[in-house]
Amino acid sequence: MTKGEVAFDTQISAKEAKKARLKHMWILMKRNYILYFFLLPALLYIIIFNYWPMYGIQIAFKDYLPYEGITGSPWVGFKHFTKFFDSIMFWDLLKNTLSISLYSLVASFPIPILLAFMINYTKNEKLKKLTQTITYAPHFISTVVLVGMLSIFLSPRTGFINTVIEFFGGDPIFFLGQKEWFRHVYVWSGIWQGTGWASIIYIAALSGVSPELHEAAIIDGASKLQRIRHIDFPAILPTITILLILNMGQVMNVGFEKVLLMQNDLNLEMSEVISTYTYKMGLVNAQYSYSTAIGLFNNIINFCILIGVNRFAKKISGTSLW
Amino acid sequence: MKAGSTKIKETTQDRIFSMITLILIMAIIIIVAYPLYFVLVASVSSPAVVNSGDLLLYPKGFSLIGYNNILGNTKLWAGYANTLFYTVMGTLVGVSITILAGYAFSRSDLPGRNLLMGIFVFTMYFSGGLVPLYLVVKQLNLINTRTIIILLGSVSVYNIIIARSFFVSSIPKELQEAAFVDGCTNQRFFFEIVVPISKPIIAVITLYCAIAYWNSFFNAMIYLNDTDKYPLQLVLREILLSFQMMQQQAANGGGVVDAETLAEMNTLVEVVKYGVIVVATVPVLIIYPFIQKYFVKGVMIGAVKG
Repeated sequence: MTKGEVAFDTQISAKEAKKARLKHMWILMKRNYILYFFLLPALLYIIIFNYWPMYGIQIAFKDYLPYEGITGSPWVGFKHFTKFFDSIMFWDLLKNTLSISLYSLVASFPIPILLAFMINYTKNEKLKKLTQTITYAPHFISTVVLVGMLSIFLSPRTGFINTVIEFFGGDPIFFLGQKEWFRHVYVWSGIWQGTGWASIIYIAALSGVSPELHEAAIIDGASKLQRIRHIDFPAILPTITILLILNMGQVMNVGFEKVLLMQNDLNLEMSEVISTYTYKMGLVNAQYSYSTAIGLFNNIINFCILIGVNRFAKKISGTSLW
Repeated sequence: MKAGSTKIKETTQDRIFSMITLILIMAIIIIVAYPLYFVLVASVSSPAVVNSGDLLLYPKGFSLIGYNNILGNTKLWAGYANTLFYTVMGTLVGVSITILAGYAFSRSDLPGRNLLMGIFVFTMYFSGGLVPLYLVVKQLNLINTRTIIILLGSVSVYNIIIARSFFVSSIPKELQEAAFVDGCTNQRFFFEIVVPISKPIIAVITLYCAIAYWNSFFNAMIYLNDTDKYPLQLVLREILLSFQMMQQQAANGGGVVDAETLAEMNTLVEVVKYGVIVVATVPVLIIYPFIQKYFVKGVMIGAVKG
């Protein structure tokens, strides 16, 4: 057999294999066609409420005229983007958005991990259960109720926090009316609400650590702190990495609903973030194109950060989303 | 044997560690539980005591005047009824769609499922944004309808992934093959075999959906105009937060209301607010401990990648 014939042979078999694969796929599709119908409602939802709006993103580059529709409105290029970048609001918005979300990330990311360690090392099963039940509970409180609670607890005249401050001889603080306090109230109330729930995933990861490792370490005389440092922490590091990536990908999306509810004229200077501004421009002031452009800007930055962080994490630790 | 290995005497360092942990855990429990407890106490205390801020540990001047006031608030109960309706309908729609899709995605013998999954997952990281979605809803003529409140948010890709992970790990391939050898069709297999053994995941998705609907206000704020369609959370927002504005103005020393009239208006308002929070949150917090294990299960299934 010559070289050419061999090549010819493998070519045929490759072709045949491909044909067989296609045929097999076709059989599967025919046999399981009903499963595509199972997917259909979800697919329709995704297309209508997620992909169809993406088509509308083009109005960011147009002057949207309601009677002309999305397609008919005239193109204006990057007009709305430059308007946004040149506006006096731009740097304030960017600063507020990033400072609130980075503050929130730095302050609220490690605490659930610490809580998980503490719960993991609590021997008393009842106390363990109680801690979990209580710390998860605030997760189920709605944003409206949470902000309502904040506004009454922090009220300068009747709130109990100020009663305590006055008891210790301090002056009452109008937390929600002083702009410097906004981000602290926002972040720490978030920690109050979310820490327990966020710890579940770490508790689950910790319960997967082999007890034999711990037993061996105990026999070798390792203290609890050493076991946390050398056994538990490495075991949950992949989980930490994944969650950190996911959180970083949300850096530009500050908890929009909560910020909106906590805003008032007095703290607006430090509480206006990109997402609330998008909402106000778009649906309150009906500047559709301008608002879409700001939203798109926000979205793209988020997307880039997510991809960047993911790639970085993959290089450093080998853990990544995809 | 086992007892011998774990009963090695604790070192001083370890004992200190355990002690600090215990103290911290206690502190955390108090910090988390106290505000919730306080709301409950304040809601049954007399308005005068609540307003003085002189209330810390137990109800003082027991009074149900706040709840009496709430009982007569028709707007609140209309909101309650609306929310119940949206929650039940939205959850029904959401759970059916999610379970069906999650199951289909779990089947490795479904050609094209990776491509379709990619299409779904992409929407988790990129979206059209607020205004484009609003324009779509407008074009569909769904502004100010109950339908849009039910539909929006019923499908979450995250929930579909959770459902898929569950089916992948808990429906053995052999079961499916055996059923097919016996001539069972896909739809029969799903409804008669898969659904009955999938109660845990159905419970998880139902709870996730129901809580999300119960607590949501944003879609209603954007898409509803008629107040009689408002869900509970929007009504709550008016009761809890509209007053904040007036307080600000008073604190500013200006505005339409002076501090004295404000104080008068305040007498009842504070107690009512506490009562309203209790009324709106109690259904969720009462059911929660019983269903806690399902929620936790959901987080854990979701955590298993792939």
